[in-house]
Amino acid sequence: MSGVTLRGWLLDAAPASRRQARFGRWYRTWLSFQNNSLAVAGLLIVLALVLSAIGAPLIADPQAAILQHLAQRLQPGSAAHWFGTDELGRDIFARIVFGSRITLTIVALVSAIVVPVGLGIGLPAGYFGGVVDAVLMRLTDIFLAFPRLVLALAFAAALGPGIENAVIAIALTAWPPYARLARAETLTRRNAEFVQAAVLQGASPISILFRQIVPLCLPSVVIRLTLDMAGIIITAAGLGFLGLGAQPPAPEWGAMVASGRQVLLDQWWVATIPGIAIFITSVGFNLLGDGLRDVADARSS
Amino acid sequence: MIRLDRVTVRYGHGRNAIAAASDISFAVAPGAAFGLVGESGSGKSTVLRSIAGLIPHAEGQVQLGGAAMPPQRNRAQRRLVQMVFQDPYGSLHPNQTVDQALASPLRIQGLDGGEQRIATALREVGLGPEHRFRFPHQLSGGQRQRVAIARALIVAPRILLLDEPTSALDVSVQAEILNLLVRLRRERGLTLLMVSHDLAVIAHLCDRVGVMQHGALVELTSSDALAAGAVTHPHTLELLRSNAGYDMRGAEAARFEA
Amino acid sequence: MSGAPLLCVRNLRVTYPSAQGDTHAVRDVSFTLGRERLGIVGESGSGKSTTGRAIMGLVPPPGRVTADELRLGELDLCRLSERGFRQLRGRRVAMVLQDPKYALNPVMSIGRQISETHRAHVGGGKPAARRAALEMLEAVRIRDPERVFTLFPHEVSGGMGQRAMIAMMLIANPEVLIADEPTSALDATIQTQVLAILDELVRGRGMGLILISHNLHLVSAFCDRVLVMYAGRVVETCEAGKLREAKHPYTRGLLDALPELGRRRELLPQLQRDPAWADGA
Ligand SMILES: Nc1ncnc2c1ncn2[C@@H]1O[C@H](COP(=O)(O)OP(=O)(O)OP(=O)(O)O)[C@@H](O)[C@H]1O
Ligand SMILES: Nc1ncnc2c1ncn2[C@@H]1O[C@H](COP(=O)(O)OP(=O)(O)OP(=O)(O)O)[C@@H](O)[C@H]1O
Ligand SMILES: [Mg+2]
Ligand SMILES: [Mg+2]
Repeated sequence: MSGVTLRGWLLDAAPASRRQARFGRWYRTWLSFQNNSLAVAGLLIVLALVLSAIGAPLIADPQAAILQHLAQRLQPGSAAHWFGTDELGRDIFARIVFGSRITLTIVALVSAIVVPVGLGIGLPAGYFGGVVDAVLMRLTDIFLAFPRLVLALAFAAALGPGIENAVIAIALTAWPPYARLARAETLTRRNAEFVQAAVLQGASPISILFRQIVPLCLPSVVIRLTLDMAGIIITAAGLGFLGLGAQPPAPEWGAMVASGRQVLLDQWWVATIPGIAIFITSVGFNLLGDGLRDVADARSS
Repeated sequence: MIRLDRVTVRYGHGRNAIAAASDISFAVAPGAAFGLVGESGSGKSTVLRSIAGLIPHAEGQVQLGGAAMPPQRNRAQRRLVQMVFQDPYGSLHPNQTVDQALASPLRIQGLDGGEQRIATALREVGLGPEHRFRFPHQLSGGQRQRVAIARALIVAPRILLLDEPTSALDVSVQAEILNLLVRLRRERGLTLLMVSHDLAVIAHLCDRVGVMQHGALVELTSSDALAAGAVTHPHTLELLRSNAGYDMRGAEAARFEA
Repeated sequence: MSGAPLLCVRNLRVTYPSAQGDTHAVRDVSFTLGRERLGIVGESGSGKSTTGRAIMGLVPPPGRVTADELRLGELDLCRLSERGFRQLRGRRVAMVLQDPKYALNPVMSIGRQISETHRAHVGGGKPAARRAALEMLEAVRIRDPERVFTLFPHEVSGGMGQRAMIAMMLIANPEVLIADEPTSALDATIQTQVLAILDELVRGRGMGLILISHNLHLVSAFCDRVLVMYAGRVVETCEAGKLREAKHPYTRGLLDALPELGRRRELLPQLQRDPAWADGA
């Protein structure tokens, strides 16, 4: 199929199969997304993060990221060490590349916890209302009252520092807004006539929640998550900076900033480069989230 | 086919409860068409929803096809009665194609031969195969309402409830939908129960008419009597008067009564 | 009609570009509006709402609006910025949107929505806004304003939602009101009452009213003049009382498709469209 006919097939106003209808819808969404160059930049940054996490051993030498080379400590950028070396002589470029794996792990784990928990609490609260709503929302309020960093500190102190505990601590304080969002979205949909039509057909509440309401809530949850991701990455970096996140010698960006701060004035790159990496990733997620929100707004109007 | 016996429906709890429909009794014979009219907020939709089993009734009994309906209906009881809603924009799921909208009732009801049934249902409501894989936003209001009718009919119900099915549609599409309903009723022997605020539409489609006011059924009459103006209750007369078109004196009178 | 026209529209065109070719939603529509009731009728998609939206500056992008003249009193709307329109909307021109369910915020109570509109346009404190909102709800014949004030849009019947919407639009006392199918969810009695309110505003406060509707009976009985639209064009303009004697086959087709009390036909005649109508024949 040549490019022209593929486009025609995708944009066909009268699709001939379920597959064509679905692909056509995605393609139209993509068309409106790619109009927004900032959003595309955000997408590229996030893609770069994913690619560097997957292909880390191909991009940089795994040994250089961990192996200490005290003879070459605190070197500025050169052909051998693009971003210079840190106080233990490790190659900062390699550490940034491998650090993206840790960042991506945090992103994936937090999403994997926050989305199901948020939907699991918010959907039934919004759909069933009454006592269910009251109980679930009070629970949400309780979790919302915990200050994020303090809970994370307490968690790390109790369970021992480490990336998993940091992620759990972040996720525990991050889900309540998602539960509220899911509840609000469900509230506005549960009286919709297509939901009543499904009830009339004999659909069970579970199937209505999953087939009718989740597909409508999911976009706003994903958008919110993308926008929050910057904050999550920064919190994780903060925990690493305080020594409560990933433990040495893991190349976690926050911990790298922390270790570079003694030499900030003389060897600025040691702390600045990982700082820039955190910054760019956060901006990337924010731009992507904004772009997705614009697409969703356009689609719903 | 439909028999309501002193049905009362309340919204809210305790002190805030209001009876949106009280003490409603009427019966509709199999294959007949019954119309429900009345002022806004008089409880017409409420009666329809309680017949459909979307809201429980506080008192009385709803009998469909000769059997009293329990508060929680099973799948077979659900299948007996389907409903078409007023708003063609809100009644279809925005992310589902026409095909998905029609396939899901079949899946829930465990009916086979889906492919065939969907094609037939679309043909019956006058939609072509080119509409089958479109999303609601790619359809006009009249086309959406046809999809909603097809979705209701695909499980082969014996009763079809229509809540102002044409009030959001323009007159030419309204004529098409009304003709479609006349044909479906004749071919399938469907029992129709329709709510509308347009007396002419009700008189066109229905044989008998119930008039509601403040949650009560105030008059039961025939559409011929309605057309002839041979009605007794003041509210029915008022509806007839307003329906004759906007009339300044009528409006002034209505204002001073209100 | 008295005095200078409130609104002047000459050769209004609205185009929506798209990958499949441009949609000419409104093509060369011209009319003036005085302190009167002007009806716009036509089948779905004929460009009635788009005409109203163009006047409000609410045509969504990528839609393009052009006109030889588009004036509200002394104000040239062709040159107005988005900010200018925002100050205009609600205060000088208001539009009752076609679909109250989508126009009302589903998670805010009806009373709060109306009183916030009052505070945004008229000013004054919360208690004053609340009083004004309750009065307005009563003016649109809501039986129990205190109760409805606290309800959310899904808790009221279709007709009450539409009246709440009307109350919200009238609370700032605009010069021109564009009512897009304001009564399609109302029963005939309330419809009559709401129209009486609108009529009172036209005559009492000298407001101009554009009533968009597909109910030909209603428009012919209520309005002073009627524009009949087909495919973005005005195909016929006539005095409202004479609508029944309209000449154009399209208008005749629309009138025929209406069911009538006391004249029962097995099937209704459906509109047979003639492509020549679209070119202004
Ligand atoms: N979910 C709800 N909660 C509380 N009150 C409700 C709810 N739904 C309806 N009501 C109330 O019940 C009454 C009857 O409403 P219903 O929708 O049956 O009226 P209707 O006759 O269909 O009116 P319309 O012609 O305007 O649609 C109204 O006073 C309305 O406010
Ligand atoms: N945002 C948009 N993008 C593209 N085309 C549009 C848009 N809005 C309206 N149109 C097109 O413009 C034309 C006129 O639409 P409009 O909504 O004005 O019709 P209408 O006369 O108000 O119909 P109805 O009685 O159904 O409300 C239609 O063909 C419609 O498809
Ligand atoms: Mg109703
Ligand atoms: Mg419109």
